Amino acid sequence: MKAHYPLLIIGAGPAGLSAAIVAAEHGLDVAVIDDQAAPGGQIYRAIESISPERIKQLGGDYQRGHELVAQFRASSAEYHPHTSVWSLNDRQEIGILTQDQTRIITADHVLLANGAMERPIPFKGWTLPGVMNAGAGQVMFKQAGIIPEDGVVMAGSGPLLLLLAWQYLHAGVKIRALLDTSPYNNLLRALPHLPRALMAHHYITRGLHYQNMIKLAGVPIIKGVSRLSAHGDNKLEKISYRRHGKTHEIETDLLLVHFGVVPQTHLSRAAGCRHSWDNNQQCLRPQLDEWGATSQPGLFIAGDNAGIGGARTAEHAGRLAAFQVLFQQGIIDQAQRDREANKDRKWMRDDLHIRPFLEKLFRHPWGLLAKTDDDTIVCRCEEITAGQIRAEFQQGHSGSNQVKFITRSGMGPCQGRQCMLAVAHILANESNQPMHDDAFYKVRPPVTPLTLGQLASLYPEEQE
Amino acid sequence: MFKFPQEDNPDTVTVTIEGSEVSVPRNCSVAAAVLVSAIGHTRTTPVSNSPRAPLCMMGVCYECLMVIDGQANRRACQETVREGMRIERQQGVGPTR
Repeated sequence: MKAHYPLLIIGAGPAGLSAAIVAAEHGLDVAVIDDQAAPGGQIYRAIESISPERIKQLGGDYQRGHELVAQFRASSAEYHPHTSVWSLNDRQEIGILTQDQTRIITADHVLLANGAMERPIPFKGWTLPGVMNAGAGQVMFKQAGIIPEDGVVMAGSGPLLLLLAWQYLHAGVKIRALLDTSPYNNLLRALPHLPRALMAHHYITRGLHYQNMIKLAGVPIIKGVSRLSAHGDNKLEKISYRRHGKTHEIETDLLLVHFGVVPQTHLSRAAGCRHSWDNNQQCLRPQLDEWGATSQPGLFIAGDNAGIGGARTAEHAGRLAAFQVLFQQGIIDQAQRDREANKDRKWMRDDLHIRPFLEKLFRHPWGLLAKTDDDTIVCRCEEITAGQIRAEFQQGHSGSNQVKFITRSGMGPCQGRQCMLAVAHILANESNQPMHDDAFYKVRPPVTPLTLGQLASLYPEEQE
Repeated sequence: MFKFPQEDNPDTVTVTIEGSEVSVPRNCSVAAAVLVSAIGHTRTTPVSNSPRAPLCMMGVCYECLMVIDGQANRRACQETVREGMRIERQQGVGPTR
């Protein structure tokens, strides 16, 4: 790895790969660093090593990754897997960790393409072994064909839940039940967006197909579920939920939950980029111009960490950012940039027609986000409950950062990734305020835990 | 809880999970291997000693911290299994060197 690059891309998912391909095609010295072992991101994970049989089970969208990763491998772009980023600042200095060694490298332009993560929503018992994210289940399926034993319960709201259930059925998994936590009236609120969504009708056709196949397979799809809870002594033994005023229970040792995905903003916030609350996507997202440029000069964002648009949109957004970088570095002229960009913009526009419909259909009710039970753990790392957060609010500590300083919520190994949205929601609910841009923990480097030894490796000359 | 696919005939490696030797697919992450081996929890918390297991499998939740080849605080979901690897539960902050 060099000490400096004209363009450094963080993340090897669709946005990062497509940007790298474009940059390399135009002769730019570009490097891609990624936390994972192989390129593809979460969406095309294990695409290079997977068996043809499993590709069939995963469905057509996944196969797109083949072409993308092959093009990337054939390009002149440098690739550094197993490399994580613990710092990014407004001087384009990037703190990286690879093989237990830290380094700081620099770049003229940085493209952050580190994608999304599953939205954490705390509920009673969510820390029990046996409760996992649905996306985690999908990662294991892609990676090594690992599937749940019979009797898994899936719960939550979002397209991935249906997709994974369909993929599991193909692989012969017996799903005990699929619990839908989206409110009944979501469909009514989504309907006005249906005509526009029909312009990207393949998404809707596929969603309906998944739902039908799940029903045909005899999996009960239970709608209108609230107060999902997990129970057990040292591991999950059963789950419970409320529906039509009654409490129901299901015995199971595995609950896969999914509440949609949200942008990963730790690095862009550490770098001081401006972000705003998106009430439609119910998440914090960076403020970007039409090329993906942030409020910090030289720093671009593309892909789902810019706001949730999905894998195909991410690819086009990655290319747009690359064109602008090429233009700013004097490699292509404005006319060429705009000519190339027009095609991507059209594809993106067509692809994004589905989003307003999906956002309404899978919107989470305020109660689920903000009215967490007092005895439920919100910060998993430091084991801080919703009740402790409310108690601090009562003492006059009304902001996320005040609550963080006093309770240590958000100060554990995950650095607040799992609790930042929930803490902000709980405080907003207590103060009867809507969510706003500054409702969240401040982020400071290192954004991932480092050992003192790893940090000391920055200065090899001072070590004995 | 989880199982390896039966139709595949995967290339495997042998690792030791909590003292027992098991054969697992070569592509698999440590966390996935441990979940299939069904040892229940993979760590206890430093705060209350409560049992935890992997949650996200993509490196963002830090619930899968384990002791791998004697080193504490490794994210088991980000490490691929290797022949002869020793994988142990992490109790609290784990062993200090």
